Amino acid sequence: MTTYPQSPDAPAKPVEIVSRVVIRFAGDSGDGMQLTGERFTAETAGLGNDIATFPDFPAEIRAPAGTVPGVSAFQLQFADTKVLTPGDHPDVLVAMNPAALKSQLPITPRGATIVLNTDEFTRRNLAKVGYERDPRSDGTLESYQVHEVAITALTLGALEGSGLGKKDAERAKNMFALGLMSWLYNRPREGTLRFIDAKFAKKPLVAAANVKAFEAGWSFGETTETFAVSYEVAPAPMPKGVYRNITGNLALSYGLVAAAQKAGLPLFLGSYPITPASDILHTLAGLKRFGVRTFQAEDEIAGIGAALGASFGGSLGLTTTSGPGVALKTETIGLAVSLELPLIIVDVQRGGPSTGLPTKTEQADLFQAVLGRNGESPVPVVAPQSPADCFDAAMEAVRIAVTYRTPVFLLSDGYLANGSEPWLVPDAASLPTVDPAFTTELPEGGFLPYSRDPETLARPWAVPGTPGLEHRIGGLEKADGTGNISYDPANHDRMVRLRAAKVAGIARSIPPLAVDDPSGEADVLVLGWGSTYGPIAAAIADIRSRGGNVAQAHLRHLAPFPANTGEVLRAYRTVLIPEMNLGQLSLLIRGTFLVDAVGFNQVRGLPFTSAELVDAIEGLLGNGTTEGSA
Amino acid sequence: MTVDVALTKKDFTSDQEVRWCPGCGDYAILSAVQAFLPELAIPREDIVFISGIGCSSRFPYYVDTYGMHSIHGRAPAIASGLALSRPDLKVFVVTGDGDGLSIGGNHLLHALRRNVNITILLFNNRIYGLTKGQYSPTSEQGKITKSTPMGSLDNPFNPLSLVLGAEATFVARSIDSDRKHLTSVLREAATHQGSSFVEIYQNCNIFNDGAFDVLKDADTRDAATIRLEHGEPLQSATQSVIRAADGSLELVDGLRDDAVRHDAHAEDPSYAFGLSRLTTPTPIGVFRSVERPTYDRLMAEQLETARAAASDDADGMLGALLSGTDTWTVA
Repeated sequence: MTTYPQSPDAPAKPVEIVSRVVIRFAGDSGDGMQLTGERFTAETAGLGNDIATFPDFPAEIRAPAGTVPGVSAFQLQFADTKVLTPGDHPDVLVAMNPAALKSQLPITPRGATIVLNTDEFTRRNLAKVGYERDPRSDGTLESYQVHEVAITALTLGALEGSGLGKKDAERAKNMFALGLMSWLYNRPREGTLRFIDAKFAKKPLVAAANVKAFEAGWSFGETTETFAVSYEVAPAPMPKGVYRNITGNLALSYGLVAAAQKAGLPLFLGSYPITPASDILHTLAGLKRFGVRTFQAEDEIAGIGAALGASFGGSLGLTTTSGPGVALKTETIGLAVSLELPLIIVDVQRGGPSTGLPTKTEQADLFQAVLGRNGESPVPVVAPQSPADCFDAAMEAVRIAVTYRTPVFLLSDGYLANGSEPWLVPDAASLPTVDPAFTTELPEGGFLPYSRDPETLARPWAVPGTPGLEHRIGGLEKADGTGNISYDPANHDRMVRLRAAKVAGIARSIPPLAVDDPSGEADVLVLGWGSTYGPIAAAIADIRSRGGNVAQAHLRHLAPFPANTGEVLRAYRTVLIPEMNLGQLSLLIRGTFLVDAVGFNQVRGLPFTSAELVDAIEGLLGNGTTEGSA
Repeated sequence: MTVDVALTKKDFTSDQEVRWCPGCGDYAILSAVQAFLPELAIPREDIVFISGIGCSSRFPYYVDTYGMHSIHGRAPAIASGLALSRPDLKVFVVTGDGDGLSIGGNHLLHALRRNVNITILLFNNRIYGLTKGQYSPTSEQGKITKSTPMGSLDNPFNPLSLVLGAEATFVARSIDSDRKHLTSVLREAATHQGSSFVEIYQNCNIFNDGAFDVLKDADTRDAATIRLEHGEPLQSATQSVIRAADGSLELVDGLRDDAVRHDAHAEDPSYAFGLSRLTTPTPIGVFRSVERPTYDRLMAEQLETARAAASDDADGMLGALLSGTDTWTVA
């Protein structure tokens, strides 16, 4: 049984029970849509619904007001069953101005509910976004259920006498919208009221105004004839335990802190701010009580340099960035490969090349992570598959880095970073530990910095301050064992192969690739990696619900691949690889396993919709002649 | 950081064959450093040399302490991470005019402004040695090299003016062949709290031989140098530095009673900057040595403050972090 807080106010109108809902809040960058979405999410998560969120905002902090490029949106899906994605299309669109309507209408299916802030539909605002006629009256919205609400005027009315000027009062209109939607879906209100009080603790006038606006929105829903019914979504069945809602960047930060603590290593972050990774720096900067040192460096190169220097000194070195930053860090990653020191490189991928699409998601840094260095320079690559999974993926990256004395790529992306979902909070005491196994004593026969553990091929980690183990390391090729400079041809060949074998050997420590194929009769396998997990799983669930057979496997480790990967892939007639790039995993799979994988590729800065994946998969089902076309 | 048994130069000499060109000024600097390190009375294991790329950057291989030969220009960044995470260590950076002022200029400036506790030795030979003789950012304009057959067009950096502009708290200059002077400067630099920067004029006998002969030859050196001693007059053998009417430093002939007395501890860096602009004669010694809180100590204090308020129960603290303040229970 699920327990959840009840709203004190019994709804006065009939309540309809629905199973799942997708809501999209859209407005100007300054309208507070992200906050509105986050609050609705928090209330919904607390009710016990499963949930997934998708913030979708421009790179500009305040793009020109009322324009399409300035629209900021927040979409969430919540349900009484498992939720795998934030939903393909909104059932309910809240559009705070004409720009929001214009930009979101193409993804809003006919029949959907649209709540419009009708006050913003002035001639000037309409013209600004190229509406020659008013879409409210020209038939554009004929097939939608439109609720025109004078959100601005109602907010101002509610705040009359609040002591706030018109401009400040207007800013509370997002709370009106939140109050209205909270009423419509019977969300509890206490959390939001508490949140407002805390957020504006130092500005009691503003706090009171936001509470008033929220309550006005709620009351408007209750009393207006526009909304005849309200809706309820029952809690979803979930495993027992304590839950919280968490974004990918936060889960990733916590995973790194937890892993470092469990390894007994101080965490050192060297970083340079970059979207969409900066929140990790912000989070870790606030965790000094865990012994975390954060260093905002002068550039990306210094960020990773400082992290590597800290690793040399016995800390867990960490750098966080996005694709353009990785490009700058590349030489230092090569040095870390040569030095064979633990180092975590977090790449929160965004649209590329170059500056690309800073706030939009993509998976096109896979080649850069796996292959993007000079020389034979193997680096393990780990990718999380959902926001909450960023925690486990981070812990796994640390395990590999510390055990194998190697830099490790942790490949997140913008969709995971900012998206959120409920997380079953793990018991801190039972989290896995990893032993840094420092060399602290002079071994018999002398210390060899490049001797190797027979099982892992890892070299000793002996840190400055350890008497008798003084040694020098560097980026020049080293003699096997001693680590002295060596230009010997046979030695170089041996060292290149040793480094490759060490990283390849990590496959022995990772679980085999699991296949989800309940009927055992599928002949199409969908192979994914990273954040495509949700849309792929949703698409497959849809196909299976209609009797189709299709198998799913998802890679956490991109380098090295799990040992059974080739065997798994060869067991299926067709392997489909959907990726938010032009086929990078496909090429690696083809090259490594000679499997004729079929790609499904999009680089629109947006996650896949499950509907387009259903089409792609069904195109391959029951068609024995389908061949790869990548 | 004290040792029971006195260390000697031999203890700081590694078993690696030194591979600089015969006659290179680097040998003299290496020998001076190895001989001076025992004076610090710091155990070998607590000393780290970090370098970038270039002839000078081979230095760590030859000193029997911990060391890292890293990548081009990045040693100050790597050393910063090490020094911040391990304030118990004595960290040296060895770099050159190409490594430290060209490809790695940015890191040098930022390490100095932060005042991270590292000692930076910049070997300035005014040429690229390891890449075989191209001009460097300290080469004089018009330098004929393989990459500048008609003469270099670049205006050179004055390294000391540059680092003074970067808010360095300790700035000095010495010469490879003057063992006694070099040792005294190294001693002061190594014991300075915060970033210390020492420019060492170093002869590249292959690609830029004799660049500093006028400062070294017995016949010319006394007139060509002003040896800086705190509290002593600014004078070469034949000239004095006085205050001009407008307050600037002015070079005049003769040993004058009104010569400016050197103040290495002047808070205002414009005095040291003025000194750094004198080229003929060339001041050598400690230009500036002032106290400012070090970055590593400030960082350590923030950590201590945060930890003092934290609980001793590591798992409990982690559990509270992971849960946050907004949880719900599925029973």
